[in-house]
Amino acid sequence: MSWEYSPAPESRAGIGLRRSYGLFIAGNFVESSDGEAFTTINPSNEEVLAEVAAAGPHDIDLAVAAARRAYEGVWGTMRPVDRAKYLFRIARLIQEHSSELAVLESLDSGKPIRESRDVDVPLAAAHFFYYAGWADKLAYAGFGPAPRPIGVAGQVIPWSFPLLLAAWKLAPALATGNTCVLKPAETTPLTALRLAEILQQADLPPGVVNIVTGAGATGASLVANPGVDKVAFTGSTEVGKTVQQVTAGTNKRLTLGLGGKAANIVFADAPLSQAIEGIINGIYFNQGEVCCAGSRLLVQESVADAVVDKLKARLATLRLGDPLDKNTDIGAINSAAQLEKIRVLAAEGEAAGARRWSPPCELPARGFWFPPTVFTGVAQTDRIAREEIFGPVLSVLSFRTPQEAVAKANNTVYGLAAGIWTEKGSRILWVASRLRAGVVWANTFNRFDPTSPFGGYRESGFGREGGRHGLAAYLDV
Amino acid sequence: MSERRVPVTKTYRLFVGGAFPRSGSGCSYVVTTPDGKLLAQAAAGSKKDVRDAVVAARAAFPRWSGATAYQRGQILYGVAEMLEDRQAQFVAAVAPSEALDEAAATILVEASIDRLVWYAGWCDKIAQIAGASNPVAGPYFSFSIPEPTGVVGVFAPARSSLLGLVSVLAPVLASGNTAVVIASEARPLAAILLGEVLAISDLPDGAVNLVTGRVAELAWTLAAHRDVDALDLAGVPSELVTELERAAAASVKRVVPAPPEEPDWADPPTLRRMLSFVEIKTVWHPIGV
Amino acid sequence: MARATSTAGPAGTIDAAWVAQLTRSESSLRRFLAGLPGVDQVGAEARAASLATRSIKAASKIWAIKTAISMVDLTTLEGSDTPGKVAALCHKARQPDPDDPGVPSVAAVCVYPDLVATAKHELVGSPVAAASVATAFPSGRASIPVKLADARDAVDHGADEVDMVIDRGAFLAGRFGLVLEEIRSVREICRSVRLKVILETGELVTYDNVRRASWLAMLGGADFIKTSTGKITPSATPPVALVMLEAVRDFAEAVGPEIGVKVAGGIRAAKDAIRYLVLVNEAAGPRWLDPAHFRFGASSLLNDLLMQHRKQLTGAYVGPDDYSIE
Repeated sequence: MSWEYSPAPESRAGIGLRRSYGLFIAGNFVESSDGEAFTTINPSNEEVLAEVAAAGPHDIDLAVAAARRAYEGVWGTMRPVDRAKYLFRIARLIQEHSSELAVLESLDSGKPIRESRDVDVPLAAAHFFYYAGWADKLAYAGFGPAPRPIGVAGQVIPWSFPLLLAAWKLAPALATGNTCVLKPAETTPLTALRLAEILQQADLPPGVVNIVTGAGATGASLVANPGVDKVAFTGSTEVGKTVQQVTAGTNKRLTLGLGGKAANIVFADAPLSQAIEGIINGIYFNQGEVCCAGSRLLVQESVADAVVDKLKARLATLRLGDPLDKNTDIGAINSAAQLEKIRVLAAEGEAAGARRWSPPCELPARGFWFPPTVFTGVAQTDRIAREEIFGPVLSVLSFRTPQEAVAKANNTVYGLAAGIWTEKGSRILWVASRLRAGVVWANTFNRFDPTSPFGGYRESGFGREGGRHGLAAYLDV
Repeated sequence: MSERRVPVTKTYRLFVGGAFPRSGSGCSYVVTTPDGKLLAQAAAGSKKDVRDAVVAARAAFPRWSGATAYQRGQILYGVAEMLEDRQAQFVAAVAPSEALDEAAATILVEASIDRLVWYAGWCDKIAQIAGASNPVAGPYFSFSIPEPTGVVGVFAPARSSLLGLVSVLAPVLASGNTAVVIASEARPLAAILLGEVLAISDLPDGAVNLVTGRVAELAWTLAAHRDVDALDLAGVPSELVTELERAAAASVKRVVPAPPEEPDWADPPTLRRMLSFVEIKTVWHPIGV
Repeated sequence: MARATSTAGPAGTIDAAWVAQLTRSESSLRRFLAGLPGVDQVGAEARAASLATRSIKAASKIWAIKTAISMVDLTTLEGSDTPGKVAALCHKARQPDPDDPGVPSVAAVCVYPDLVATAKHELVGSPVAAASVATAFPSGRASIPVKLADARDAVDHGADEVDMVIDRGAFLAGRFGLVLEEIRSVREICRSVRLKVILETGELVTYDNVRRASWLAMLGGADFIKTSTGKITPSATPPVALVMLEAVRDFAEAVGPEIGVKVAGGIRAAKDAIRYLVLVNEAAGPRWLDPAHFRFGASSLLNDLLMQHRKQLTGAYVGPDDYSIE
C-alpha cells in the first residue's frame, strides 16, 4: 500500500505580478532607452510570466549616474544611524511580503516553494537585518577608526538564488555607505524587481539602488562602465575570469563568487542517517544549482556500498514536481540551456564508463526537468568528477585514509565548499584545517547565516560575503 | 456647555515577571516634577519585591540567553518600533519629569529609540568582536566565545529618566543577560511606561524587571543578593557606593562602577557595558586524525 | 554496522544465528551496541522538522485521519480507574463515531493489569485488542520475579497485547545483558501475545541511547518498540520517533522481521498524528502504515481525530461537545 499525498499548491493570489516591468533607475521604473525587452518564463511549464525591459549601454550610464548622484548627494554623507534605519525597514518589509516573494521566486526560478519560503526569503530578510546593524558600528569592525565606502558598486548576480543574492550584494554595500547598480540574471529578474518596489515603499532615496535587467551584454556593460568603482560578480568561473580581465588595469575593486565542485567526505564512523541527509541536501537542494553543492561524494571504502545503498533508498523518496506544491523536494531546472548542459555532462559520464542511476521518476511533459542522478564507479579524471555540472548529479568516489580524502578533495581548481562526516572531533578539525575550501561544513551541509562569511579559494573566487568579513569588500581599506 | 470630564487616574505599579504587581509593602510614594508639582504616586518597592524580581530574572535567563542572537536583535528592534509608535506618550512623561519643554523631551525620546536600535544591532555581532580563534602553539583548535553572565542588577541613572535608562538596560539585554532595574527614585515615570511596552513585546516575561521605590532602602538587598551576577551602579548616590561595592565583593560580582557625576547620555556609548556582562569561555580541542 | 554474512530469511523470520552470536555475552552485546552508527542530534531534529512541513490535504488527509484512528491504543492508566471507566472507554473504542460507521474502530484499549479482564469482556466480538501494561509500569523498579509475575498476571487475565517497560536504571548503568534478559523472559511469558517494549526515551535522553535501546529491544524479541509510558516528560517527540523508525527499518534489512513502533504521551492533536504518519511513511516506509506496524498511545487524541474527520467531510469546524468525552 502507499500513501499518495494530495496536491498542496501554494496560492498565487496577491503576489502582485505585473505584465511588464521597466528598469528601476533613480527611484522609478522606466522603459529601456532603445525599447528593448525580453520575456521571463516559468521553467516548470514554460508559461510566460512577464515582459522585462533590457538595459542597453545608455541605460547603464543613466543608472550609474543616478547612483553617483545619490552617493555624493545623499547616501555617502547620510548619518550612519539613518542609513541603518532604511536597511531595518527593508528587512521588515521583506518579512511582511515574504509569502509573495517566495511564490514569485519559485515561479521564476523553478525552485520548490518549500525552499524559497523556508530558506531564500527568511535569509534575505536576515541579511538586511544583520548589515543594518553594522551601518553605525563600522569603527568596531576592525578596519580602522573611520573606514569609508568606495562609491558606486556594480553588482551582477546569477539565477540560483535571485532574491537572496540580491540581499547578499545590496545589504553590505548600502550599510557601508555605497550606492548600487544591480543586474539580476536574465531568467530570474522578478524578485529583484519586486524588491525595487519594496525599496520604494521603504522610501529609500532615489538612486541609492538601481536595478538594470538584461542578459550577458547588460552585465558586461555594467562591469566595464567607468563610473563604477567596485564590481561584485557572482556567477560561473568562466564568466568570472572575463570580468577579472575586463577590470584589469582600471583600479576598480573586485570580488568574485564563482563555481565549485565541493567534496562531501564521509568517514566510516559518520552518523550515518544524518550523513545521508547531508549528501542529499548537498546535491539536490535547489536541484543542485548551487555553487557550493556537494557534487562529489568521497566515501570511505569500508562503508561505500552501505552508504550508496542507503543513498539510493533515500533518493527514491524524493518528490519531484510542481515547484509551487508544498510537498515538492526537487523542482524544475532553471532554463532549457541549463538542462542541455546537464544532459551533456551526464552523457559524458556514462560514455566515460561510470554507472548511472536515478530513482524511477515521472517527469512532467512541459518544462525543464532532470531526475536526481547518482554516478558510481567514477574516476578522479572523469569530466563529471572535475567539472561543475550545476544540476542534480552526484559523482561518487572512494578513499581509504584521511590523507587520501584530503588529497582527492583538494585535487580541483575550485575551492568553495566541503563537507566532513565523522563523529571524531579531532578528525573534523584535522581535515578542516587541510581542506582548501572557503566553507567547511562538518556533520551538516548547506548552512548559511548572515553572520557567517562565505566565499572561495582559487577559481571559486575571492572575497567573503556575510559576517564582519563581508564589510571589507565595500570599504576603502 | 459640557461638564469637565473626570479622568481615570493611573495607578503605577512595579513590573516583575511580565506582570504589574503592587509593591509588597502596599506603600506608594509621591513623584513630583523637579520644582515640586505633583506628578503621580509610584509604588514603593520593598526588599521582597527585589527578591521576587531576581527570581523572575533568573527564571527568564535560560530562555533569553538560549534564544539565537538574531532573535534577540529582532525582539529589541521590535521594542524600538513600539517606542516609536508611542513617542508622544513618552514625551509627555519625560518633559515634566525632567523639567523640559516638548521639543527637548522629543529629542531625548528619539535618542532613546535610536540608542535601543544601536544595541539591537549588536546582538549578533558581539561574538565577532569579543570572540576569537586563538593561534596557540600546538595542534589544538582554541576558540573563545563571550557568554552572558546571568542576572544583572541595574541602578538606573537618577536624572536621565529614559535615555539614561535605555543606555544602561539595553547593553544588558543585547549581551544575553536578564535585568533587575531599580528605577530612578525621583523620575520613575518613563521606566514604568517602558515596562508597559516591554510587557507587550516579545521579550520573555522576567527578562526585564523594573522596581520603583526608595533607592537607599532597596540598594543593599540587590547588591548583596547572591543570585545576582553583576551590577551596574550608574544611578547610585555617591554615599552608598562603597557599601554596595563591598556587598558585591561577597559573591565576587562583576561591577560597572558609578561615575563621579551623571554623564551626558547623548554621547555615543562604548562597548564597555556589554563586555562587562559577558564571560569569555575558551575551549580547546586537539587537531588530529 | 556489522552484519551477518548469511542473508536474512524471508521477511518475518529472524537471522537467528547472527542474533545468537552477537548476544552471546555482555561484552559482545556491548560491542555491537557501541558499534551502531551515532545519531547527530541537530541533524536528526532538522530532518524531523523538515518532514513536519509536509502539507497533507484533501483525500490524503482523510486517509491519514482514518488510518490514525485505526492505530490508536485508547488508553487509561490512572490510579482512579474503575471498571465503569474502562467499560465506557471500550464502548468508545469499538465505535468511535456513532454517527459515522465509516470511521474504523481503534486498534486496542490499554489499561493496568487488574482491569484487563474487564476490558477483554467489554471488547468481546470486536476487533479491538485488550492491551495491558506490565513489569511494574511505569517505573520498572521492582525485583525481576515481581515484574514477571505482573506480566504473567496480565496474560492470564486475557491480555491480547502487553506493553512492558525496560529497566532504564540497568540500561544507563551499562548492564545491557540484564536488560536483554528481562525482555526475553517477558517474551517467553508473552509467547502468544503481542509484546510492546517501552524504552521510556525521556529517561534515555540521547538519540544514541534511543538507537541502542531500540536494537536491544528488537534483539530481545519485541513485536513493537514504544517510546514512552506517558507518565514523564519528555515523552514521544518526532526526532525520537524518527530514530526508532530508522532502527526498525535497519533491523528489517539486517535481520528480517518488521518490528512496529508505538508513540505515546503528549500526542493530542490530529495535526501531530498526521505528522507522525509522514515520518512513518518517509523514514520506515509505506509497509509500516498499518496498525500492525504503528500505534498511537493516546486518550484525547481520538476526539481530535474525530473532529478533524468531520471537518474534512463537511467543511465546518466542530466543537468538543459534539463528541462523547469517553
